[in-house]
Amino acid sequence: MLRDTTSKVVLFGGIAIILLGAMMPNWIVNQLMFGFSRALAILGLLVLWRTGLVSFGHAFYFGLGAYTVAIVDIQLGVTDVFIRLLGGAIIAGFAGFVIGFIMRNYRDIFFAMLNTAISMVLYGIIVKTESLGSTDGFAISLPTIFGIAPETKYPLFVIITMIAMISALAVNFYLKTTVGRLTTPIRDNEIRVEYLGFSVAHAIHLKYTISAVLAGGAGALMAMSLGQVDPDSMINWTVSGELVFITILSGPGNVIAPFIGSLVFEVLRTYAFELAPQAWQLIVGATFLTIIFFLPGGIWSLIAKLGRKNS
Amino acid sequence: MTRAAPILEIRDLLKTFGAVVAAKDINIDISRGEIVGIIGANGAGKTCFVNMVTGYLSPTSGSITFEGVELVGKGPREVTHAGISRSFQVSQVFHSMTVAENLRIALAIAENRGVNALRIMESDALEAKCNDVLKRYKLEDYRDMTVSVLSQGIRKLLDIAMAVVSEPRILLLDEPTSGISVEEKFDFMDVVMGALREDNVTVLFVEHDMEIVERYVSRVLAFYQGEIIADMSPDKALADDKVQEFVIGKRH
Repeated sequence: MLRDTTSKVVLFGGIAIILLGAMMPNWIVNQLMFGFSRALAILGLLVLWRTGLVSFGHAFYFGLGAYTVAIVDIQLGVTDVFIRLLGGAIIAGFAGFVIGFIMRNYRDIFFAMLNTAISMVLYGIIVKTESLGSTDGFAISLPTIFGIAPETKYPLFVIITMIAMISALAVNFYLKTTVGRLTTPIRDNEIRVEYLGFSVAHAIHLKYTISAVLAGGAGALMAMSLGQVDPDSMINWTVSGELVFITILSGPGNVIAPFIGSLVFEVLRTYAFELAPQAWQLIVGATFLTIIFFLPGGIWSLIAKLGRKNS
Repeated sequence: MTRAAPILEIRDLLKTFGAVVAAKDINIDISRGEIVGIIGANGAGKTCFVNMVTGYLSPTSGSITFEGVELVGKGPREVTHAGISRSFQVSQVFHSMTVAENLRIALAIAENRGVNALRIMESDALEAKCNDVLKRYKLEDYRDMTVSVLSQGIRKLLDIAMAVVSEPRILLLDEPTSGISVEEKFDFMDVVMGALREDNVTVLFVEHDMEIVERYVSRVLAFYQGEIIADMSPDKALADDKVQEFVIGKRH
């Protein structure tokens, strides 16, 4: 599992970031927590994108993960970070598995927009339901780790980074398996895949469920990092768009790309907002256009190019 | 000539698309090891027949039995699992991948079904098999080239090579030499048929080129308007009046 360069970079890079995090100011630690949390969802979208599928509705799973954390906190008093995370990932994964029976039959714009439609149904239900927090959402209590309430955010940062590492290693492993390799082949020629003896529907269903689990985990971690959930920042279509934006910004080349792309996005958005509070979207949009024109393979393609030059 | 017990039995096959009858009264027995040429003018029902046997189309009525298993109602994947594979008139390969990557995927799918699909794909054994297929189908020089830049002939070879890695007992080739130059067609067919004979695969192939039919097949099925009008040896079929008139196009 750790024989290839990617796995080693994930492992040693992750350990280095955890160690450096102890010396970093809080605002950087926060940025890293938000970036790594969101990157889990991007990791799932990367698997789908390689298969030629773009979802404009994964905020549905992101939001399910986040709201699961809020509900188990408020209704059941669960504060343990691992139980909350598992709850968010399992609920989102189960929803993804069920909805996957529909989604595996659709491609292109129909796949993209059906996902949007489902996410907007959840958004509509939440904003209209007082008991689910309506438009205000919920504040979430600080998570505990094996019953201990940490005094700083550093322990949560360590856990998020470790979850990010484990997820990246797991997806990297998955992409090397036979079913994991069925990304470009499905994108290129579904008929041939069927005639080779593999069910395209089953392969897409598995990828979709994996992406839902990861998005749910991402939402759960984000909710715990922020300490609150609300429909506009967790489930609205703009969140789905943001996830697709970061996926394109990152590039599909490697499982490390979503983490880099997600951090770049956090920094970009923070500074764009500071520079132009009323027009920060303009800066983000201009960056998006620049990436599409000059780096269609995302930030990762630039890193890979530089790597090849130096080798 | 007496034939061995059939492995593929087709009875009263009928396929209609609304009022259009694409295939009717098709009754065929195919024995192990036969090389069968399927001939007919455009629209005669040849590809429709191939599509029905390989699960792409479901017949309106009739039965297709392979080694005692009914294939009607099964899709392409299940037909492949049963032991029947196919190539296509327009090669169906993964155009943005290299030749070797195409073969590795085909080999991995053939070997890792079910839960085994969650095993790491790359292995020394897989690479050795990939190299063997590349060698047998004379694809070694193209192994690291992306399919989209290759000629139609090489794509067709790859298409056929990918179809046989699952070790089918019957292979259906839909116009294997279409799009291949006159100079290359015999070399191409020598490579394909040589490799298939080594594997003792029963072959049915759709072909318009009568030189190819004469040279490589042991039996001819001639289609006309969805029906089989001749089922005989190639020399007899090509001299048959009906075949001359409705397939080859010579009038008496």
